Amino acid sequence: MTDVGIGTRATAAAIAAPRGYGTLRRLLRHRSFLIGFTIIALLAILAVLAPLITPIDPSAMRVRLRFRPPQAAFWFGTDQFGRDVFTRVLYGARISLFVGFAVCVVSGLCSAVLGVIAAQLRRLDSAIMRLMDALMSFPAILLALGIAAALGPRVSSVIIALTVAYIPAGVRIVRAAALTVREMDFVQAAQVSGASSLRIVLRHILPNCLSPLLVHLTFIFAYAMLAEAALSFLGVGIQPPIASWGNIIAEGRDYATQAWWVMLFPGIAISLAALSLNLLGDALGDMLDPRLKGGE
Amino acid sequence: MPVILIISILAFLLLSLLPGDPAMIIAGEQASPAAIEQVRRQLGLDRSFLEQLGIWLFNLARGNFGSSLILNQSVLSAVGERLPVTLSLAALSIGFTIPVGVFLGSLAAYYRRTWIDSAVMTVALLGVSIPAFWIAILGVILFSVQLGWVPSSGFAPISQGLGGWFASMALPALTLSLFQIGFLARMTRSAMLDVLSQDYIRTARAKGLSEWRTVGKHALRNALILIITATGILLSAAIGGSVIIEQVFALPGIGRMVVQAIMARDYPLVQGTMLILGFTFVMINLIVDILYTLADPRVRHD
Amino acid sequence: MAAPLLSIRNLTVQFRVDTGWVTAIDDVSLDVGAGDCVGVVGESGSGKSVTALSVLQLHDRVSTRMPSGSILYQDDDLLRAKGSTMRRIRGSEIAMIFQDPMSSLNPVLTIADQISETLRQHQGLTGAAARRRVVELLGLVRIPDAARRADDYPHRLSGGMRQRVMIAMAIACKPRLLIADEPTTALDVTIQAQILELLRDLRRELGMSVMLISHDLGVIAEFAQRVVVMYAGRVVEAAPVTQLFRRPVHPYTMGLIAAVPALDSEAPRLTTIAGRIPGPQEIIPGCRFSPRCALVQPSCLDEPPSMQTVGDGQSARCPPRIQVLGVRHG
Repeated sequence: MTDVGIGTRATAAAIAAPRGYGTLRRLLRHRSFLIGFTIIALLAILAVLAPLITPIDPSAMRVRLRFRPPQAAFWFGTDQFGRDVFTRVLYGARISLFVGFAVCVVSGLCSAVLGVIAAQLRRLDSAIMRLMDALMSFPAILLALGIAAALGPRVSSVIIALTVAYIPAGVRIVRAAALTVREMDFVQAAQVSGASSLRIVLRHILPNCLSPLLVHLTFIFAYAMLAEAALSFLGVGIQPPIASWGNIIAEGRDYATQAWWVMLFPGIAISLAALSLNLLGDALGDMLDPRLKGGE
Repeated sequence: MPVILIISILAFLLLSLLPGDPAMIIAGEQASPAAIEQVRRQLGLDRSFLEQLGIWLFNLARGNFGSSLILNQSVLSAVGERLPVTLSLAALSIGFTIPVGVFLGSLAAYYRRTWIDSAVMTVALLGVSIPAFWIAILGVILFSVQLGWVPSSGFAPISQGLGGWFASMALPALTLSLFQIGFLARMTRSAMLDVLSQDYIRTARAKGLSEWRTVGKHALRNALILIITATGILLSAAIGGSVIIEQVFALPGIGRMVVQAIMARDYPLVQGTMLILGFTFVMINLIVDILYTLADPRVRHD
Repeated sequence: MAAPLLSIRNLTVQFRVDTGWVTAIDDVSLDVGAGDCVGVVGESGSGKSVTALSVLQLHDRVSTRMPSGSILYQDDDLLRAKGSTMRRIRGSEIAMIFQDPMSSLNPVLTIADQISETLRQHQGLTGAAARRRVVELLGLVRIPDAARRADDYPHRLSGGMRQRVMIAMAIACKPRLLIADEPTTALDVTIQAQILELLRDLRRELGMSVMLISHDLGVIAEFAQRVVVMYAGRVVEAAPVTQLFRRPVHPYTMGLIAAVPALDSEAPRLTTIAGRIPGPQEIIPGCRFSPRCALVQPSCLDEPPSMQTVGDGQSARCPPRIQVLGVRHG
């Protein structure tokens, strides 16, 4: 134990840190985690249950009901075709959350595989990493824009485009973590005792890369949702009439001065979703990765 | 620089990524067979893959980034023409971002676990969560349409007067800055927290230096080393963000041109521009590395 | 007797932890007279560094509080002094050097820059005058080739050299009190001796008082006139150094003395005190040393012992031992 000096909050905390608290229990006491988790879970439930919550068809046009401001019958008002904005935002949540989650999962898997390969196989390391460096040289949104445009306007193109754009950062994180873990005593011991490389990777290295990757992927979820909205806003993402938060804003933009509600509510929805995921990422980083400590 | 070579090949692959016959896609669905054939020859698509790659790289080596199909212009001159707009936007937004972000982050770190910290970090969190294009539209409605303070769109070159340039750029740059400010403030806070707990900060206080000098000189100089590494990400975010912001404000910059080129299937222009941006990013990272070395005497001497 | 230069009275310092506040040091009192050298000794975790940092108010504001006590320096109570008063005193009246010279110097500023900062702050010295003084100070702490070394960054210097720079910085404004917190712990044995000798010479030349903090009673014995022994956040014994070695009262002091390797014995025998020092959160009834004490008695667990004077400037926090000694004495 060291003497406690200036700013040694960590030391002071270490002196008194009660042992035996599970990660889960600490997470549940973490304010950012609770807020973030509650919001995103709520949004996910609303998205899944959208058809039960609102009886209206999201693309049903009722020209006589155009540009109705928010009121009891239309909570978020109606747009230029008389479609219910609340309904469209709910259905938009399905697309946006799905795209975000899919990018998160696919890029997570690719990052884990490529990162571990780069860390374990010296011969492939520099090839993989130079490729990642090169991919990172293109601004992510521009890369996604190019790929999405080339593959054509489909949900799958958006997912592929964003996955490619976000893989390099994930690979770097996994590789760095894997290289650190590999030098640790228990892995060295496993190696000496003759465990196969595959077994070492699966049992020791991969599990220890998961927490930094998980933290990273939470932020990727948020970025991917924001990027999906941006792509859809630019017209290369999710195409109308399918509602996505991005394209509702794009459509509402032209009427923004007379019908501000059309673009206001989807924007709030994106911001809320991204905010909750960022809070979640901060909380996870706090809990799982001691290097990122310093929040709360 | 193997990275430069890989970037060049990647940009080339972008065109071969097109499903089906690129020539037909580029020429359009209704084009006559002769027109498609012309496009094919123009793009060199009638040659083998390796031949095409070789020609692409050979042209690049001579500084030929290809020509636009719609603009009747070489990629290089098209980009050059629009560079001042994008550069103004990026420079101004970085100009906003760095002082504000570093100040906010330092403030939060210094007053950590107080209401100041919470307030600053909430603002920073909003910055990285709110979509820039959305806040940009709201900004236009408020500041241009309602208040009439700044024009809602268009670009006034700096050569026609600083005031007009600033008025046309202020809102786009500011909205572009929001994400970056949030990002930089969060980054600075964690760097500063780390530095403020170091022994040499205690030494500085023990010498009787003011808090201002302790934090502003002793802490910030060290935190800057960590912050410099973030500027690459910041610039990348600025370039990427400008694509969308230029679209919202109808600024005739590189980003808007790329979006138009994508819509018009002008793939050589997309390809060439992506490549130039990729090179730019590599150069920026090179400069960041040099700055990093200059800022840290421990690296400088090794 | 004249009023001491520095007088710490009943100081209590608490740190914030997840679950509330823990007491790091409790009811600590000690005096440093003008020109005196006082040694504070104890294992790590005993609270000696916490005490030292309190004098200059160098604890982290957010996570530290000092609910009681006072630290009197001349006419000021440093616990309640204004920031500007504190800054005037730091580095000029009271200076401090720290345990780890590797991390105590700012890595991105040159040595000359870091020393001259103190000179500018307190004496208004700048430019060539400051530069001359920096080189002079570096010479004073026996750094060879001082003029050239001044422009180096800390990482170019060895640990011993860096501690010399720290000392140069500390004595730059001729302070009346120097607090040295484990100044030699991080250094090689041979360098340790050089640094201690340097400190001793400087003390004589400059007429400073010194508060030397160390876990090594051997170092303290060589250097100090008075010794304060701390254990688990409390002062357990205070005495002139000769008196302490002649007749240690507290069993912990006896343990520390036994642990000092005797230079004259042919086979140096190191005794250590069994057990470990309790953390600030551990609740121990009565005397906090009792779980490790060979002489523990049932009454030791009843209530925390108070500090009692034994005579000859010696006092200790161990009523049973004082009783035994008192009977023998009287």
